[in-house]
Amino acid sequence: MYGGGNTFEGIKTDSLAQEDPIKLAEFEARIARGEKIEPADWMPALYRKQLIRMIEQHAHSEIIGALPEGTWITRAPGFKRKLALMAKVQDEVGHAQLLYSAAETLGKTREEMIHDLITGKSKYSNIFNYPAFTWADACFISWLVDAGAIVNQLANAKGSYGPYCRALDRICAEESFHLKYGHHCVIFLATGTQKQRDMFQEAINRWWAPMMHFFGPADKISAHTQVLMNWKVKMATNDDTRNQFLDMYVPKIWELGFTIPDPALKKNTDTGRWDYTEPDWEEFKRVINGGGPCNEERLAVRRIAEERGKWVREALRSPKASYVMPLA
Amino acid sequence: MSEEQAIALKELLYKIADDQLILGHRNSEWTGFGPLLEEDIAFSSMAQDKIGQSYALYQMLHHAGEQAPDTVAFMRHADQFHNCVLVELPNGEYDFSLIRHFLFDTAEALRFDMLTRSSFEPLADLAKKIKGELRYHTLHANTWIKQLGNATPESIARLQTSLNYALPYALGIFEPSPNENIIMDAGFFQGEASLQAEWQSRVISILEQTQLNLPDWKTVTPILGGRIGKHSQHLQPLLDEMSEVFKIDPTAEW
Repeated sequence: MYGGGNTFEGIKTDSLAQEDPIKLAEFEARIARGEKIEPADWMPALYRKQLIRMIEQHAHSEIIGALPEGTWITRAPGFKRKLALMAKVQDEVGHAQLLYSAAETLGKTREEMIHDLITGKSKYSNIFNYPAFTWADACFISWLVDAGAIVNQLANAKGSYGPYCRALDRICAEESFHLKYGHHCVIFLATGTQKQRDMFQEAINRWWAPMMHFFGPADKISAHTQVLMNWKVKMATNDDTRNQFLDMYVPKIWELGFTIPDPALKKNTDTGRWDYTEPDWEEFKRVINGGGPCNEERLAVRRIAEERGKWVREALRSPKASYVMPLA
Repeated sequence: MSEEQAIALKELLYKIADDQLILGHRNSEWTGFGPLLEEDIAFSSMAQDKIGQSYALYQMLHHAGEQAPDTVAFMRHADQFHNCVLVELPNGEYDFSLIRHFLFDTAEALRFDMLTRSSFEPLADLAKKIKGELRYHTLHANTWIKQLGNATPESIARLQTSLNYALPYALGIFEPSPNENIIMDAGFFQGEASLQAEWQSRVISILEQTQLNLPDWKTVTPILGGRIGKHSQHLQPLLDEMSEVFKIDPTAEW
């Protein structure tokens, strides 16, 4: 699951001046024709750097995203939910595996990426820095956070880097099952006892602000980099994906009889887009930079898992083995 | 089937189902914490298989007049569970989880192979399906035991310590049921003693391919009690966690 809003905090395009202008023009022409760029192809250093950053953040979001939901596997109510949630979270870890492989084709190893994650150097989706207090929170994540991720990932799947696009095609197919599972869980809460309904309403109240943040800062305050759009690295603006999500899911939430904690939320019939209270972008920045309720806990869990598993990875490392580029 | 036999059969089904449920639950606790992503995913797969297997067995019990699978799994107290103590122990470090997986699934693969010849036909049919799944569990366990049991001094020492710790519990897998003779006479299952003998030679054949020391079987004292509801202090907290949401309202549909 990945919102993609964290990635583009502004980039420096100075390095482009050093690229071979003929090769650069050929590269851009290929992308304009809709061709995919493959690992062994020539690419500008900036393209490589941005893709590593984006795919790596996406991979981190998958393994960190497994934590808030993973804690509900052992508490899922009944066989049906327990089996489905285990399979769902397993998928998310599998997505991380696919994505780390896709990023490795660009020259950064999985070990380096994980190192950057646990030392706080690289980021992951902001929404996982919030706690899942109840079963209903886990259901909110499975339905709506996954829904948001699909909006973003379907856009990115049309991007220019072959290995990332292929990974996303497979990921989106699995995510669509997660969405069905999450929706099914929520329908049972919505049509269940008063206590169950209250649980989900409280989950919406807690998660709405992080959900709005999920797609990244408003376009008017985001660093806009045309070159990344031209290279099909960034495929849609933050406001566009946010609006698409609202269009698809707000009516469904209302239909189930729940309210959304934003009195200004309504579809603007003139613009065809959604009006809403501007999310608190200061809060967003604070949480991304480590000030959220769970940042420390999430990284600590990951760090402990890495430390405890170190002897296993060392035991697997054969001194005779050489690095092989992964298939992706 | 006589009443006596029906009771004995339920006893057999319960202990196997409880083993699968509790170890499946423990395996699922590795989600997000594995030493590498591939192992995270593998333990999660095995967890799904095991919990699915327990579900099928509880359904069989439900057909035989017991309560519905969700009620049986989520509402019983620890002393009503018949799993062996081995499966309820906390995951600990990866070396313990791996050794437990190896010792338990070696027994389980043999058990379900024997059960394909059960005189109780629904069980024999189910065993054919489960046997196929367990092949992958033992393939996984054997691959890792051979790899880590021959790798670094640390990996070998860790596996050895966990093996020595787990063995008395592993022998508890084979604690006979109170109605063991009826189970065997009715042809439901060949019995724990013959299972244990085959298990021991299978375990040895894998350990011999590693640098681990073989156990001195005569000095290992089995830890028993699980089959008659006597558990370690670890089972009840596991069950409390498992049923936390379910018990908010057991009559609700989730």
